[in-house]
Amino acid sequence: MRRYVASRLAQAALVVLLSLTAVFGMVRLGGDPVLLFLPMDIQAKDVNAIRQQLGFNDPLAVQYARFMGGALRGDFGQSLRYRRDALGLVLERLPATLTLAATSIALTLVIAVPLGLLTAVRRDTLVDHVGSVAMVLGQATPGFWLGLMLIYLFAVHLRWLPTGGSGSLAQLVMPSVVLAAFFSARVARLTRSAVLDVLGEEYIKTARAKGLGEGRVVGKHTLRNAAIPIVTLAGLEAGQLLGGAVITETIFAWPGLGRLTVQALLNRDFPVVMAAVSFTSIVYTLMNLAVDLAYGWLDPRIRVREP
Amino acid sequence: MKKWLGLGLTAAAVVVALAAPWLSAHDPLLADFVASLTPPGTPGHPLGTDQLGRDLLARVLYGARLALFIGVCTVLATAVVGGLLGLVAGFVERWPSAVLMRIADVQLSFPFILLALTINAIVGLGLRNIILSLSAAGWVVYARVVRGEVLSVKQRDFVQAAAALGVGRARLLFRHVLPNVLPSIIVVASLQFSQFIVAEAAISFLGFGVQPPMPAWGSMLSESRDFLYVAWWLAAFPGAALALTALGVNLLGDWLRDTLDPKLRV
Repeated sequence: MRRYVASRLAQAALVVLLSLTAVFGMVRLGGDPVLLFLPMDIQAKDVNAIRQQLGFNDPLAVQYARFMGGALRGDFGQSLRYRRDALGLVLERLPATLTLAATSIALTLVIAVPLGLLTAVRRDTLVDHVGSVAMVLGQATPGFWLGLMLIYLFAVHLRWLPTGGSGSLAQLVMPSVVLAAFFSARVARLTRSAVLDVLGEEYIKTARAKGLGEGRVVGKHTLRNAAIPIVTLAGLEAGQLLGGAVITETIFAWPGLGRLTVQALLNRDFPVVMAAVSFTSIVYTLMNLAVDLAYGWLDPRIRVREP
Repeated sequence: MKKWLGLGLTAAAVVVALAAPWLSAHDPLLADFVASLTPPGTPGHPLGTDQLGRDLLARVLYGARLALFIGVCTVLATAVVGGLLGLVAGFVERWPSAVLMRIADVQLSFPFILLALTINAIVGLGLRNIILSLSAAGWVVYARVVRGEVLSVKQRDFVQAAAALGVGRARLLFRHVLPNVLPSIIVVASLQFSQFIVAEAAISFLGFGVQPPMPAWGSMLSESRDFLYVAWWLAAFPGAALALTALGVNLLGDWLRDTLDPKLRV
């Protein structure tokens, strides 16, 4: 186990370093990087001064070393718009995104796991067909469209909920439902196939043959064994929540990390973009690492098999 | 069921995209301020008109053209680039394989939509650049799947036998390995296709990607937000078109996977 943990940690550290390199590289995609770092109302003669000030006249290797050195210490420079530490802005928005993500994950587990279990146990019945159609629909419906339609129905038409913003519980409802819809569909499909796999196993036949009630067969023998793939894949999917939040937060004016990223992109506030994208990537990598370690701990076969 | 619904919806989207000029008498870009924001069901405008009086049906139909064009270009670009790199990495192994896997790890450490969005904001807006951004963010999936497949195919007897007979490496790769990997590439392509068109719509919705007045579903939805209180149809129809297209292609992809390659999980 110790070797497995060490190798995973080293791998994650390498991915973090390479991801930061990728963020540095991405900013070079558009040609002259200074154009990305200019305030909107800049005079042409000041461009060179800013280029000098930001160090874009230095050799690329020097710039890279400076960026990596800063990034590893959490310094991505100052926001061009707010004149404040870029990473500080990102961290300030984190609680809002975490609240949204946690609510969505809770909703997903409450809806998706029972739905997946039910459709698997009642395979090829009406429940299964209706449930499966719902899953496919949930996966195909774009979140931002679902968001608009919910706003129209519940905020404009019925006036039950506010259109956006944050602070009250009512404002949390629609964004978390939109974010949960897509993941529920995926997790439910996953649960269904995991439960179906387990139901085909010999030990389920044994459990039934020795006269256990269906409740115990499903509740104890099936669900426990199906839990490993469900938890793993749900963990991996949770990382995608960070991507989904980009759009959901924008529609509902939710003041989280995703909305900050979109606004920074729109304002061409690139120090904030780099801080937010790097931060998201690191969180995502750490989540994958946690899932891998949990998986290795739950299932000894994984740690032995070398990647 | 899955097969026919998927085929039907996808075929409908393709027909609509190809026949858009014949299905609607209106120009999707032509403004008519007298007829602005007419509700659906008005004679001459079955789906109503938008804030500039442009016919919504025409815009939704031409939107299918744009969405499918972007989807097809992106899927082709990613399949060719990702497929070739995966093929080489799996075949040669050693350092190309290691390098490709590290690049894949890095790319997959960014949520897809965030990566495509950021690249798009950097390289610039417009049709060509959105295709470029989505391709740059999406090719890795093929490379990984194809590499894995090649690793297993090349152990098979017929490849070993061909190699023993002295067949050249290029011929071995393209005549013996590639045809056996092709089903996986097709399955991944069909499953990626809907992800690409939804991502394009999302990026255009956020104000990047395809710009107005081009009738892209995403930018139409974005414009509809300002009129949600007075004109629900502006948000309802383009979104429904997008959802149905995505649903059709998804179902088709699921069915293809079940038929061609039941083991594959993307």
